[in-house]
Amino acid sequence: MVTFIIRRLVGTIFLLIVVSMITFAIFFLIPRLAGQNTYQLAAQYVGRNPTRPAVLAVERQLGLADPLYLQYGRFLRGILFGAHYRSGPDVTYCPPPCFGYSFRSQLPVWPQMISDVPVTLSLAIGASILWLIGGVSIGVLSALRKGTLFDRFSMGIALAGVSLPVFFTGLISLELFSYKWPLFPNVQYVPITSNPVEWARNLVLPWIVLAFLYAALYARLTRAGMLETMSEDYIRTARAKGLPERKVIVKHGLRAALTPIVTIFGMDLGLLLGGAIITEVTFSLHGLGLFTVQAVNNQDLPEILGVTMLAAFFIVIANLVVDIFYAVVDPRVRF
Amino acid sequence: MPDALLEVEDLRIHFPTQDGLVKSVDGVSFRLERGRTLGIVGESGSGKSVTSLGIMGLHHGSRAEITGHIRLDGEDLVAASPARVRELRGSKMAMIFQDPLSSLHPYYTIGNQIIEAYRVHHPDATKRQARQRAVEMLDRVGIPQPSARVDDYPHQFSGGMRQRVMIAMALCNDPGLLIADEPTTALDVTVQAQILDLIHDLQSEFGSAVIMITHDLGVVAELSDDILVMYAGRAAEYGSAADIFASPGHPYTWGLLASMPRMDRERLTRLVPIPGTPPSLIRVPPGCPFHPRCRYGHLNGGRSETEVPELRDTEHTGHLVACHLTAAERAKQWALLAAGKVPEDARTGAGAHAGDTA
Repeated sequence: MVTFIIRRLVGTIFLLIVVSMITFAIFFLIPRLAGQNTYQLAAQYVGRNPTRPAVLAVERQLGLADPLYLQYGRFLRGILFGAHYRSGPDVTYCPPPCFGYSFRSQLPVWPQMISDVPVTLSLAIGASILWLIGGVSIGVLSALRKGTLFDRFSMGIALAGVSLPVFFTGLISLELFSYKWPLFPNVQYVPITSNPVEWARNLVLPWIVLAFLYAALYARLTRAGMLETMSEDYIRTARAKGLPERKVIVKHGLRAALTPIVTIFGMDLGLLLGGAIITEVTFSLHGLGLFTVQAVNNQDLPEILGVTMLAAFFIVIANLVVDIFYAVVDPRVRF
Repeated sequence: MPDALLEVEDLRIHFPTQDGLVKSVDGVSFRLERGRTLGIVGESGSGKSVTSLGIMGLHHGSRAEITGHIRLDGEDLVAASPARVRELRGSKMAMIFQDPLSSLHPYYTIGNQIIEAYRVHHPDATKRQARQRAVEMLDRVGIPQPSARVDDYPHQFSGGMRQRVMIAMALCNDPGLLIADEPTTALDVTVQAQILDLIHDLQSEFGSAVIMITHDLGVVAELSDDILVMYAGRAAEYGSAADIFASPGHPYTWGLLASMPRMDRERLTRLVPIPGTPPSLIRVPPGCPFHPRCRYGHLNGGRSETEVPELRDTEHTGHLVACHLTAAERAKQWALLAAGKVPEDARTGAGAHAGDTA
């Protein structure tokens, strides 16, 4: 088991290196292949309406004319050990992990990005708990009452949930519960450390709106999984032993049906941690999703690069956790 | 007659479906005493598995309509509450299934699964006692190193070993009745005999009654005291194994016997298949359900197409047959068949044959 985890960890590190290469290639190699010269690339770093000397200074400072492998080496070294930037006589030090400086604010990318993580984390984890509990229990009940009014009704709602986009349900919920009946007025992020009650109260609407989308999907998945496992031979064996029906369903049925659900859950959560873009924009929550949108709008290359790497990092880690989970849960998985 | 452990009387199990009423079991009766074995034989769809699941009360929750009586130790299971049947399930009656791999839960160790079966009926037993019981049972069914293997998962066992585990699990509460639903069908031929021997040994040790469900007459020949041949949800023939093998009375049983390879016959004797396929259980043929496939239907002047044959004990020997033919006629036809004289498709030459034998 320990060697399995170590092997997976080593694999994960390699995967992260590959991800960094691909990300780097997207931003530095592909523009070159598309015929952009280093001056044009540097011009992007200077901001709108740049002067020629400023662009040349940036090109020199960032070493954009160097061979790509040198640049990639610098990029990786910056992430791992930090980087020094020379501008004239001054040397600025960017501590690791260094993703360079934002064009917009002239501040290092990493601290800005990391200050947005708690918002996304609060949003994603709260919503994921809601949708996991809600989706799975509705799915199980639907499967056990297959064909009844409850089943049809909840599956109808689930279909609506999958089809309705967050910017629709989110705005409707804001209109109703924040403006018309101000149960949750002025939705804004309050750090959990400063006031846990306010933190939760402000996040209730975004949690529900985000969870609704996923809960619908999970209810359908759980229902399908439960219907399949409940017709397995080992369920008949469990009943033949004389186990109470509740134990048959939970210990024997749900246990097996849940494994694939948890796999998808890990992936979904990892993806969301990289930024729940639409939800954050809808509720003006300053998390990684809103950070990404603003970075893209400003064509802020270092920020985009940084957030891409961070999102990829979350997904890779989620993958690792899911793999380990699988090995623990399913004895047939070989270590 | 000694008190029966299990008495099934006029059992009917019907499933309403969109296409009509499926009469999976339609008026079956039999009895079984302690320490005895009943073999239930028939093709797929003859109702043998549905009968056994009905005895176990495993149709609860489905839309099955069950009437008649199933008396286990005098207690009627059809009338009993589902909760009561659940209590009896696993403690007084247990079942093993066809495919031991899919019948064991892949996520739990076999020990865990046996312990669970034991503790649900022994709520006062500690985990340690239950585990000890599991090891003891594994040892009893011939699993080597049971105290180590108790912590293994089903996928770490071979097919035969898995079926042994299933047997250990079924017998851990010392049930009076063991139902084995095609216990050897999914196994290697070399392992089949071992499993049958094991069931037989344990039966004499525990004194349980066994219902052996199979389509393989060879299996019941070795083990059964009594045999029930089922066709289209009804009993075609019911009697002692000795009687049925010595003088089978129903053309369907003849068909089963003639289509089975035997070691004690000449090699040149051809195997004769039963023509046609089992009937739909929604539209069972009128009259004798077997008549469309019967090679001897012409011998009774068309009665088989209109009249349902009763299960009768014509010779008062306890050997019951549901056939319109007279006992003498049946004895004669079986003698011909046993001598290797297959009727040259009696159905096509029906007229000529009728003339010959009348």
